[in-house]
Amino acid sequence: MLVDLEWLPAPAEDFRARLAALQAEVTGGPGPGFAERLTALATAALDDTQLTRLAGLAPRLIESGRRVDGLSSLKLGLIGDGTMSLCVAPIIGSALRHGLCLEVVEGEYGSGVQEATDAGSRMRTAGLDHALIAGDARMLGLDQAAFTPGDAEAKVAAAFARLRLVVDSLRPSVRSTILVQTVPPPLESLFGSFDRVHPGSSFAMVEALNRRIADWAGEGAVVLVDIARLATAVGLETWHEPSRWHASKLPFAPALIPLYADWVARTLATALGKAKKCLVLDLDNTLWGGVIGDDGLTGIKLGQGSAAGEAFVAVQQMALELRSRGVILAVCSKNEDDAARLPFRDHPDMVLREDHIAVFQANWTDKAANLRAIAETLNIGVDALVLLDDNPAERMQVRDALPFVGVPELPDDPSLYPRALAAAGYFEAVTFSNEDRERADYYQANAQRAQALSASGDLGDYLASLDMVCSIGLVDPVTRPRVAQLINKSNQFNLTTRRYSESEVEAIERDGSRHAIQIRLVDRFGDNGIISVIIADKGRETWAIDTWLMSCRVLGRRVQEAALAHLAAAAKAEGARRLAGRYAPSPKNRMVASHYEALGFTLVEARPDGETLWWLDLATYVAPNLPMTIRDTAAPMDSVLA
Amino acid sequence: MDVFDVDDLVITGDTTAEDIEEWDSLHHIRLVVAIERAFKIRFSNTEIESLKNVGDLTKMIDHKVSR
Repeated sequence: MLVDLEWLPAPAEDFRARLAALQAEVTGGPGPGFAERLTALATAALDDTQLTRLAGLAPRLIESGRRVDGLSSLKLGLIGDGTMSLCVAPIIGSALRHGLCLEVVEGEYGSGVQEATDAGSRMRTAGLDHALIAGDARMLGLDQAAFTPGDAEAKVAAAFARLRLVVDSLRPSVRSTILVQTVPPPLESLFGSFDRVHPGSSFAMVEALNRRIADWAGEGAVVLVDIARLATAVGLETWHEPSRWHASKLPFAPALIPLYADWVARTLATALGKAKKCLVLDLDNTLWGGVIGDDGLTGIKLGQGSAAGEAFVAVQQMALELRSRGVILAVCSKNEDDAARLPFRDHPDMVLREDHIAVFQANWTDKAANLRAIAETLNIGVDALVLLDDNPAERMQVRDALPFVGVPELPDDPSLYPRALAAAGYFEAVTFSNEDRERADYYQANAQRAQALSASGDLGDYLASLDMVCSIGLVDPVTRPRVAQLINKSNQFNLTTRRYSESEVEAIERDGSRHAIQIRLVDRFGDNGIISVIIADKGRETWAIDTWLMSCRVLGRRVQEAALAHLAAAAKAEGARRLAGRYAPSPKNRMVASHYEALGFTLVEARPDGETLWWLDLATYVAPNLPMTIRDTAAPMDSVLA
Repeated sequence: MDVFDVDDLVITGDTTAEDIEEWDSLHHIRLVVAIERAFKIRFSNTEIESLKNVGDLTKMIDHKVSR
């Protein structure tokens, strides 16, 4: 699977002709769809010769100085312990597959440390965006065993220090991240199984070095490219070819160059935020065996008891695990909607349930159109999608229509689907945070709101269907950090754009002449958190609104009307007769220029600089009926009693 | 040959690396790898070092393929 890049389709039969056409286009000026045609040509299991030919496009593109949409240009420094020359062009060719147009600055063989530490070297003065450090156990001195724990520790420390020296010296000359490879362990053992026990075996020292590199990457200092994992995945016996090392210092078998190059390119693309975001799943013979429309709930193969049934459970488990780390799941199937949903609702062995799926497209329209609809609903690009589909014809149609969608080739045996999907590396990450974990939920809730709106058609029905609960409370120590964050971050829906630090917010809370509230909105799709802050100066006659801001996430939900109703009641209860609002224009808050007008305020002053003042007479104000439940803990006592 | 990216390459049994400008040590490795892949054979370093011209190379390929 790995060695032959089997997740990629076979190269186009007219590869050379299509490449020649693209080359001619670069000279004459790329036409529409150039990036799509280039991606389509590059997204194939190309051998190193084809990759090298493809790579010839990159310098022409860079020289032409033309910007191509969907293609990022960058300069990569390559410092390797062995002969990396054979890898340079294949890396450039593979990078085109991942939306990157690379220029590679290759270090001279064996002089990585000198080039990194010499501020005048080609490497240091090239203006690199990224660098890749490819260490080798033989050059790092870890191929010969040490026979005391102290010596072993010293050798590992020296190897790590050498990598650090290269990285730290390069750092000022590299604009963005530096990638560091882990080191493949040796195949030949000295003690046999005891190699893992004795810290001085070459194997144990390489493992210890890799541990240090991983910790280093964990600190965020470098991005790790796990070549050790790749080497063990293809098998160390295949990876290491000593005759090539002896003849030309090739660090690994040249047959693996296309695979290696893709790993480097995909890690680089991931570091640049180009990893995929959403896994779109076909249903029949992808998530279960058989055709639900024909075979029915009891006829499909899924679950324990049969090898095929278990294989499909494993596919679903992999999808669910991806979702847990933030990958959005969607369904795209040629099926009747009812039939397609039936297993999700009623089959006892389904791992995936409807509430794991952000967008469910089961119809008879072509898949490319459905994938566009999924991307639109989720508000992400089609280039963020991956389609898992057992049907070769569907895969081909989608690849032709939408070359930016990741579509892995699948073997006939469903037990290998997870392997093919993982091998393609669509969902790589260079970091992982709490936010990532919640991302799938967040996108899913937004997609559901969008679908609810299009299903109901009527805005009033839509809002009523959201089951909104709007909680209004005074700003307090618990809500203070989020309130301060909103005050300092909100630009668009912000009437005066006044910024207050957390300690200033604390002072406002304690100030009896101020009324400071925060508003939270929950709906049936999820908790939006605190989304609005209002601060008013309580005058005897007039309450003047100092700050009114809201998160754009909840635009159009009538939250501002709920806020006004609260404010009016609170001011009235303390004997005030009017609210005064102010709009101070900023480069970003045009959207709220008529905020007070829309709420029924009267314009009292318009200054030449665009600032406007507005009044609302509390005697005539009537609070509207709103499509939400209000929980107001900051309301005046008498209105609570009423 | 694709390896050399030269369209009008004329090769005979007497052709040596000196005759083709692009045929440097790097292209030599590429060529060997491409041949090994195409014919599903392997060369040892000793065998590679013994080759004097393209004729020797084709003879060795024939020999290995027929084996």
